[in-house]
Amino acid sequence: MTSHVLVEVAGKIPEPLLRAQSVAGKFFLMFFAIALFAVVFGLVLFLASLFKGRTGEKFQGVLFVGPAIVLLAFGLMYPAILTIIQSFRGKTGEGSFSTENYVQMFTQPELLLVLRNTAIWVILVPFIATGVGLLYAILIDRARGEAFSKALIFLPMAISMVGASIIWKFVYQYKQTSRPQIGLLNAILKALGFETQQFLINAPLNTFMLIIVMVWIQAGFAMTVLSAAIKAIPDEIIEAAKLDGVQAFKMFRFITLPSIRPALVVVITTIGIGTLKVFDIVRTMTGGQFDTSVVANEFYNQSFRFDAGGLGAALAVLLFVLVIPIVIYNILQMRKEA
Amino acid sequence: MSTLEPIAMPENLSKDLESTVDLTPKKGRKKKSAAGDAARAISSPWASLAAIIIAVLWTIPTIGLLVTSFRKQRAINTSGWWTSFSDPSQYTLENYRQALAPGTSASLSQYFINTIVITIPAVLLPLFLASLAAYAFAWMPFPGRDALFVAVFALQIVPLQVALIPLLDRYVKFGLGASYWSVWLSHTIFALPLATFLIHNFMRELPAELMEAARVDGAGHVTIFFRILLPLLTPALAAFGIFQFLWVWNDLLVSLVFLGGTPDVAPITVRVAELSGSRGSAWYLLSAGAFISMIVPVAVFLALQRYFVRGLLAGGLKG
Repeated sequence: MTSHVLVEVAGKIPEPLLRAQSVAGKFFLMFFAIALFAVVFGLVLFLASLFKGRTGEKFQGVLFVGPAIVLLAFGLMYPAILTIIQSFRGKTGEGSFSTENYVQMFTQPELLLVLRNTAIWVILVPFIATGVGLLYAILIDRARGEAFSKALIFLPMAISMVGASIIWKFVYQYKQTSRPQIGLLNAILKALGFETQQFLINAPLNTFMLIIVMVWIQAGFAMTVLSAAIKAIPDEIIEAAKLDGVQAFKMFRFITLPSIRPALVVVITTIGIGTLKVFDIVRTMTGGQFDTSVVANEFYNQSFRFDAGGLGAALAVLLFVLVIPIVIYNILQMRKEA
Repeated sequence: MSTLEPIAMPENLSKDLESTVDLTPKKGRKKKSAAGDAARAISSPWASLAAIIIAVLWTIPTIGLLVTSFRKQRAINTSGWWTSFSDPSQYTLENYRQALAPGTSASLSQYFINTIVITIPAVLLPLFLASLAAYAFAWMPFPGRDALFVAVFALQIVPLQVALIPLLDRYVKFGLGASYWSVWLSHTIFALPLATFLIHNFMRELPAELMEAARVDGAGHVTIFFRILLPLLTPALAAFGIFQFLWVWNDLLVSLVFLGGTPDVAPITVRVAELSGSRGSAWYLLSAGAFISMIVPVAVFLALQRYFVRGLLAGGLKG
């Protein structure tokens, strides 16, 4: 009912307020959007200011949270429910009720490969990235030029995964062994007397080459959080341990590690969730070809390229389901620490 | 998908961390740490060597592409970038000029503008909407408040993939398909759970007496929100603003789904990813394009990293 009204209203909006080709038109559109938003925002606040007293406060509260709640219901909850329904309606998502998509997901060889790849990603990336991040945080702690050293590892976090993928694709660039190499990794192989490799085409090697990119991005995140956790260990504990003659390795094992445990759990689970949903890297570097696809990439391909909306929906639901245990584990750990 | 995910921390822990985070420590007030001692005690030269190896491994790939972006097209395809230092005559700005030249099919300039036009509203809108909601959740009693807050909090775990396709259908139906509006709205919606949660946490830390005093003086919620809270919230807003900025600027999935490759609206990430597929060996273009897309987020990030780190340690999940 309301959607009919909205469709009608939308049909009457003049085109320059919807789309623009010229640079000026685009910026006009941008300022128009911000102004429109400011007007709506001001209207909400004005309405809220009309209510007075304790009962009025209730209406004010509803007005304040209203816009956010409406948007979340429209843009997140409602679509999520539709997607769940769609996943039970056959391959295209338009048929009658069936569990076909989920059966397919766990039986069809190509999709099993996707699940296997995703499992490899989710197992390897969080632990390697956290391991490297922790090692680096320890190595440079209190060293000269610490801020600079951190920035080097941290910077990959600021760039897009698309940018990171291009950077690494160039490192992996392949030329036949006899020709001059332009990719760093193959140049090293050649210099050492090996044949050059098609790193992004040869399975299963290619999945690991993609994983390196994600580790490269996430290690900086792990390093930052863990470095902060290390610095938060009280000096007194360290001094006391030193006076007791505790050795370096034992110091790490029995003082540092237990002290930063909560931060470690958070870092590993956060990277795990991010890795589960990895899409940009796979799409930019291989497009999911050569046996490198993962769930998030397969979701995109099935939904938009293979016209299998139902299967795509089922893959999206799978992502959702897989995130939940990680989050629950995270919350349980936090409770334990608190 | 972003590379960035602010994280959920036990509240006391994140506060501890915040107080110690300082990416640019002043001389003489460096903190001691057990781990640092451990590393030094094991064997300092080896520790330094390991740190240098990691730092080099992490930096070389970027340097390689950066150097490449300044080499002549012919040179790029016939020799490794590491050989270029002995022959500076091959350096040129031509790649960047070509990548940015307006009017050509390879031009990235209009995609760059699209990214700017997409990003600014997609950062401002969720910031304001979330502050408003967070204020109500923190300081205004209304029916169903706690249940609603838990619901908003829980929405953080919903992967946006679950919402994309039905949302796309809606936009197309409303005539907003392949328009900026679809991505502005989507980025705003997807940011709200985390933004509300983050800003709410900051708000709860402000003393209740502050609010009470203002109420006694006859200030309404609207006045309190603008006059007292927003100024105090600047660090929190900056922290979240940087996240959202990097997230939107670097996003591929949301734009790809709602905008496709349409040159009028698609951001630079979509275009660079497309070039990587269709012209995967045009390294003169890809290298320059990649750096054009990176320069702004890297600059913002370096300038505001203190806020960023604070946000990183203060909590929540997104995506």
